[in-house]
Amino acid sequence: MSNVSYVRTVMLQEQAPPASQAGIVKWLRENMFSNIPNSILSIAALWAIYYVLNDVLPWAFQSSWNAKSLGECRSVIAAAYGEGASGACWAVINDRFLQLVFGFYPSELYWRPIVAFVLMFAAIAPVLFDGLPRKMLRFTMIYPFFAFWLLWGGSLWVPLMIIAGFVLGYLAFGVVSKMASSLVGMIAAVLVPILWWLFLAGDVATMLQSIIPLSIEAVSSSNFGGFMLSITIGVIGIALSLPIGIVLALGRQSDLMIVKVICVGFIEFIRGVPLITLLFVASTLLNYFMPPGTNFDLILRVIIMVTLFASAYMAEVIRGGLAALPKGQYEGADSLGLDFWQSTRLIIMPQALKISIPNIVSSFIGLFKDTTLVSIIGLLDPIGLSTNIRANQEWNGVIWELYGFIALVFWVFCFSMSRYSMYLERKLQTGH
Amino acid sequence: MSTITDPEQGGFRISMLLYDTRYRSITIQIIALIGFLLALGWLIGNAAQNLAALGKPLNFSFLGDTSGYDINQRLIEYNSQMTHGRAAVVGLLNTLLVAVLGCITATVIGVIIGVLRLSKNWIIAKIMTVYIETFRNVPVLLWIIMTMAIFIEVFPKPSDFRGADAVASMKLFESVAVTNRGIFIPSPIFGSGSMAVIAVFILSIVGIFVFGRWAHKRQDETGQILPTFWIKLAIFFVPSIIVFYVLGQPISLEYPVLKGFNFKGGFHMRNSLIALWFALSLYTAAFIAETVRSGIQAVSKGQTEAAAALGLRPGRITSLVVLPQALRVIIPPMISQYMNLTKNSSLAIAVGYMDITGTLGGVTLNQTGREMESLMILMAIYLTISLTISTVMNVYNERVKLRER
Amino acid sequence: MKKSVFIGTLAAASVTAGLAAAGTLDDVKAAGELKCGVSTGVVGFAAADANGVWDGFDVAVCRSVAAAVLGDGNKVKFVPTTGKTRFTALASGEVDMLARNTTWTYSRDIDLKFDFVGVNYYDGQGFMAPKALGVASAKDLDGATVCIQTGTTTELNLADFFRSNNISYEPVPIETNSEAQAQYLAGACDVFTTDASGLAATRATFEKPDDHVVLPEIISKEPLGPLVRHGDNQWGDVVRWTLNALISAEELGITSANVDKLAAAAGNNPEVNRMLGTEGDLGAMLGLDKSWAHRAIAVNGNYGELFEKNIGEATPVGLARGLNAQWTDGGLIYSPPFR
Repeated sequence: MSNVSYVRTVMLQEQAPPASQAGIVKWLRENMFSNIPNSILSIAALWAIYYVLNDVLPWAFQSSWNAKSLGECRSVIAAAYGEGASGACWAVINDRFLQLVFGFYPSELYWRPIVAFVLMFAAIAPVLFDGLPRKMLRFTMIYPFFAFWLLWGGSLWVPLMIIAGFVLGYLAFGVVSKMASSLVGMIAAVLVPILWWLFLAGDVATMLQSIIPLSIEAVSSSNFGGFMLSITIGVIGIALSLPIGIVLALGRQSDLMIVKVICVGFIEFIRGVPLITLLFVASTLLNYFMPPGTNFDLILRVIIMVTLFASAYMAEVIRGGLAALPKGQYEGADSLGLDFWQSTRLIIMPQALKISIPNIVSSFIGLFKDTTLVSIIGLLDPIGLSTNIRANQEWNGVIWELYGFIALVFWVFCFSMSRYSMYLERKLQTGH
Repeated sequence: MSTITDPEQGGFRISMLLYDTRYRSITIQIIALIGFLLALGWLIGNAAQNLAALGKPLNFSFLGDTSGYDINQRLIEYNSQMTHGRAAVVGLLNTLLVAVLGCITATVIGVIIGVLRLSKNWIIAKIMTVYIETFRNVPVLLWIIMTMAIFIEVFPKPSDFRGADAVASMKLFESVAVTNRGIFIPSPIFGSGSMAVIAVFILSIVGIFVFGRWAHKRQDETGQILPTFWIKLAIFFVPSIIVFYVLGQPISLEYPVLKGFNFKGGFHMRNSLIALWFALSLYTAAFIAETVRSGIQAVSKGQTEAAAALGLRPGRITSLVVLPQALRVIIPPMISQYMNLTKNSSLAIAVGYMDITGTLGGVTLNQTGREMESLMILMAIYLTISLTISTVMNVYNERVKLRER
Repeated sequence: MKKSVFIGTLAAASVTAGLAAAGTLDDVKAAGELKCGVSTGVVGFAAADANGVWDGFDVAVCRSVAAAVLGDGNKVKFVPTTGKTRFTALASGEVDMLARNTTWTYSRDIDLKFDFVGVNYYDGQGFMAPKALGVASAKDLDGATVCIQTGTTTELNLADFFRSNNISYEPVPIETNSEAQAQYLAGACDVFTTDASGLAATRATFEKPDDHVVLPEIISKEPLGPLVRHGDNQWGDVVRWTLNALISAEELGITSANVDKLAAAAGNNPEVNRMLGTEGDLGAMLGLDKSWAHRAIAVNGNYGELFEKNIGEATPVGLARGLNAQWTDGGLIYSPPFR
């Protein structure tokens, strides 16, 4: 009797799943055509993509990169792609690229903003990446003054004297708080540098300059323009707003009535008005608030107003960081017997700042985008320059190429920063 | 702060102002106040001195002077013989108009995009992500300028509609003209008897609310659910339409027609308004979409599952369980987006829309040379708008706050 | 000279408070640099090239003043100003003078506390329309859409013109000239209005200038000229007479080519001698040296040369002298005598 078995003894080869259940078809079915409404949506979406790309791609690629004027560019395109072909005149970007990046900065000095820009990454690296040695933070502290000197040039003694003010303030704090209380020390730490900057620093810098000349060619801020101007205003604004924002946030949290009212009033006022009105103040009013006869140039006034603007937002960001800190940290600091400034400096702020970094990056993105508003008050940022370029006879009539390029550059900057801040946020979430 | 042991009893000494925590806070506050007042006084003193030297001390009487300029879009009557103050009011109304319109469309677009971004449909979700990332990461000023440029360069000019071989034609049964000067749409003309139609219409809206309440009560009592949506829809349309035809169509439409240089008749929505409105809506919608997405995602999955376990249908799960909880998270950031939109509407000058910044902070400021006064009023107005919005937000937050037990 | 930005501003708060009392002339001499407010860019009148060097008809006035006061036409810091910022820039001392096609009006002179030192261009507001529109006169523009640049006297003139002729119009306010031009060419407005010189300059940049006409009506008087702060008469005189020197130079036949020769020795025209400092010392009365006018003329040439080089018929702007001819040729350009 043969061994009849209904049980298969030899395993069949594993077969590929049916075509409709595998690979791209399955994926498409599940993700795009799972039911009728979804299919309709998908088809509509595909059609929309096709419609847009069909218009934009030929325009973007049937283009000319080398021409000296719009007319020449049009004829180059007509010659290459046939009469009536409409293509982009990227030649305008090619022609004015350096101007869009540096404005009217002297071309032989381009290395200075470039060095400042590259060093900026070295300066913020220790803030952003934990792995780096803490000593690099010293460079971060010095960087703003160094960058200022690189960009505007002039005597090296000027930024050194400003640093000297901070050093003096620190020394004054140490000496006075030993002699009297730490409160008097704080007051001295604020007053001494201010007096130094107001009455002595300028003269001392001039004197030292005449003894040991250390200077590079000065560049007037009216030569600043293009993306360099946007980045300069944005970075200075955010860097200066950080300390002011910390003070405002602490003031807003404080139990001291008057201090709190002043801080809340300032923050709410700045946040309640549009940036453009503050820029109008910079362009028309700020000189009125200074002693008669004082005046400083528009870019500096804009930086002042932008800093005030950014500090109000920064204060809110840091307040969020302070609020997110577990109460145990405050209580722990108190129980160690630290006084307010010690606990703030050693326990609270380092943690609050760390959790605020993603939001600080976001507010920098916002500020960076808002720097385009300076074109309305006549500064030559990329948008201001685009008007200027179009006022030129050769490029009269160029629209999309310039706007497209500017938009793309802003997009690349802002998108990468926002991705970075999202990454940080995720990292912080899993951190505890 | 209680880092100190029992304070010693006894008389008050000057040094206690510095060392005793009870008095030290007063010392700090007084010093802060003095410093603040000194700084403020210094600024105001300088300003007064400078303005006096220029011979234009603070004086608001220019608001009563004849303005001398025209404004194209005005919601209240205005001409160049009226005052600067009136021009400012015209501008303020224009600001509010574009802000309100912008907030509405931004919300609609933002909610749709936020929901679609969570869609299971891969391509839709991706497109929405691209939309959000594109709009969020490019300055709003650039969007406004580009939208305006699209309107001017892409749409036909009125003269293209002229003649037998016109290149452009009116849309929607010859009723809407889309030109590069704006969009012309028909406007209603109210004939005799139109009041009755309007009254009926208002009454039916009241009726909808009454019906809604009644249906709710009925559901509470009997547990039966009426198809309220369709009944409400019927109440909304049917009575008004019946009255409209019974009274012999008292409300008619005035259609725009090409006359002379331009279209006449109907509503003229200027392209400056549309460009600003569109750009602000699309830009803000990208932010609102993110808010909506995070709000929906913030509702824990357990809530949905619990609702499903109770036997609720998917539509009801969304409307009764997910949305009410998501709204709590969505609304506060949404309102701050409304505030941003209102503030961004001040970029109207980039496209020549005459909002308050364009009238009071623009032409009036230029013509009268009263920067200080104009900007003070301008900032005060924006501040009032912002504070109003944030007060509303605080009241709302207080009301929806989770009452934790 | 600019030592710093940061400290400079802080120090300025205390230090320059004392300086303010001194006159602008002394300030300019002390600074070694003239701060001159110009427009952000109008073809032929003021524009910066790709290297940031400013040139134009208005710019030339600044350079002449700098040459007269400082001896070097390049010692000028040009501050671009918009319609909104120009007056505050001057009033607050951000600039020493404004040479930025600014119309001399009663209220600007009296109420805004400025001194117009003269007129360097007589202009008037006009209209440009496409030929295809078939408009012969501005009075036919009933219901037309009009593009205007805001922040100028233009919109006031426009309102007055249409009101006095009792016709309606739709104003489209636009911030910049290039934007207005784009809208006009795209047909978003029927006509474009600005100063006639601006119209000519704009029309010159079109691809097909012949498709557009400038309508015959000039609806306003627009005397454009440099201005200074009210109250500093010495500085006002310096700017006024520098401009006059340029105008007189054309009348007397002093050009950039022959000015060096004429200034080398006294010639037989006493006015030329007085002006160029070979006879008497007019410069001392102004607080300058003898050869101030010589330098002012040498830097860019006389009024006529400036006109021809920047905005004349040979340039893309292509303006005829018209009202801006010398009085001897039937124009309005007239300088008081140097005596």
